[in-house]
Amino acid sequence: MKIIALVKQVPDTGGERKLDASGLLDRDASERIIDEINERSLEVALSYKDTNKQTEVVLVSMGPADATSTLRKGLSMGADSAIHIVDDSLAGSDAVRTSAVLAAALKDTGFDLVVAGNESTDGRGGVVPAMLAERLGVAQLTHLNSVELSEGSVSGIRSTDNGTLTAHAQLPAVISITEIAAEPRFPNFKGIMTAKKKPVTVLSLADLGVETAAAQSVVVSATARPARAAGKKVIDDGNAATELAEFLAAERLI
Amino acid sequence: MSKVLVLIEVSQGAIANTAVGLLAAASRLGEPIAVLAAKPGTDLAAQLGALGAAQVYLAETDQAGELLVTPEVDALASAVEALQPAAVLLANSPDGRDTAARLAVRTAGALLVDAVDVKLDGQRVVATHSVFGGAYAVDAAVEGGLAIVTIRQGAIEGKAEPASGTVTTIPLTVDGSASAAIDEVNAATEASSRPELRGATRVVSGGRGLGSGEAFELVEQLADALGAAVGASRAAVDAGYVPQTHQVGQTGITVSPQLYVALGISGAIQHRAGMQTAKTIVAINKDEDAPIFDIADFGIVGDIFTIVPKLIDEINARAH
Repeated sequence: MKIIALVKQVPDTGGERKLDASGLLDRDASERIIDEINERSLEVALSYKDTNKQTEVVLVSMGPADATSTLRKGLSMGADSAIHIVDDSLAGSDAVRTSAVLAAALKDTGFDLVVAGNESTDGRGGVVPAMLAERLGVAQLTHLNSVELSEGSVSGIRSTDNGTLTAHAQLPAVISITEIAAEPRFPNFKGIMTAKKKPVTVLSLADLGVETAAAQSVVVSATARPARAAGKKVIDDGNAATELAEFLAAERLI
Repeated sequence: MSKVLVLIEVSQGAIANTAVGLLAAASRLGEPIAVLAAKPGTDLAAQLGALGAAQVYLAETDQAGELLVTPEVDALASAVEALQPAAVLLANSPDGRDTAARLAVRTAGALLVDAVDVKLDGQRVVATHSVFGGAYAVDAAVEGGLAIVTIRQGAIEGKAEPASGTVTTIPLTVDGSASAAIDEVNAATEASSRPELRGATRVVSGGRGLGSGEAFELVEQLADALGAAVGASRAAVDAGYVPQTHQVGQTGITVSPQLYVALGISGAIQHRAGMQTAKTIVAINKDEDAPIFDIADFGIVGDIFTIVPKLIDEINARAH
């Protein structure tokens, strides 16, 4: 089985994250790392490979040139190879365009299963997996809390707004997983050493032949919200509960 | 007036609670048209006029509820072709996002995800997004195609005026060959009379300061007094006080309620990311330097175990 694990480079959530003047991510404002959710989605692929040795796991990432370090991390965890789509004209791509570029790459590589995170920790859009499925003409099974993978099908428990549901799809398919689905392994020394020798294919837009879409989402304005000002703060002297109730009543909240 | 489609989700045989806010948002942009994919013979369509739908586009298919979002995508694609709307609004739920994603590709439109507000700028639909946990407000629009917008649950206040809700029924044939199939639906096991956390207008959350799972009852008691949903910080979830489904924050649920009460929550940046767009924030914590106080409209430095019971008494006294 050939499994594609999508990975994204994101700013570290531990630090402060900023937008630039045009409303795009300021990539220089914080340290960039592999998205934690992608370590988990890669783990889903690798744990299948653990018991099915014939499995090939390929990382695919679209991102700036320095996203190579993100891919090396994934290779050191155990992926076999990586495809890195780099093109300056892709900066600021919306989800529709991102999915078109990824779909073009996946049509070339072929796949049985595509595994993604349910949403990135920076954009939090969570729509690329379903867009990919639509473009590739396959089923999508998103937001999986658990994944059961077999030779011809995938099933799992999907979190919904009102609980969960179990669902299945025939392969090929695109799935996305939640943070509950897997605990990622740490790369061991051997993994880190062999990662340096694993192949990373770099592709440009010209290599993929993706046309520009007619419709796109554009940022009209981006404003840093004034930091939410602290309001009233009282030290409880026995009356604080009453004061709070009066505040809530004045705000018509009780 | 331009037409605005709203996808109505069905939850456990009833119209999902997201429909009210979506129809309210649609009514600000144009003529709200509800789109519903359902098995033949449903009576749900008749309820949508009261919620503000001027028209209801009812796509009947036996596959509704059997296939994962494919019937909804096909219903919307058919409605887009028939009605040529200016925009399509969906809930920013797992199903809503998948449906919107597929529709954007199929109609060659563009997608705006997780809007907290929508407005018209001339003929253009502009969606406001709250980015990085509310640190930035970003307005975005779609150029050159259909605008498809998913809207954060609970972000839109108010209701649309009741409208005629004229129902047009069309038969829909869904090709399920490239679709996931639903085997079983498990509603949240807690049969709770409390509101759902996602989309709740009031939320009371507890953190590590509660100290134990038993003490977390205090959070539930205040939630019940306020008619609020129950949330928790990651620390409280990791400590096992409550299930993960209650987690508010970057890796949990994002809420945007009218009132958010944080009990014994320090207010780490990852927690604030999930709640700081709340209209009014109240915090009670014994640590005077807790960062939650920096964003609280009303903060009390003190012991939650003495203050909260008094507060519940005050609330109950005022309710009578």
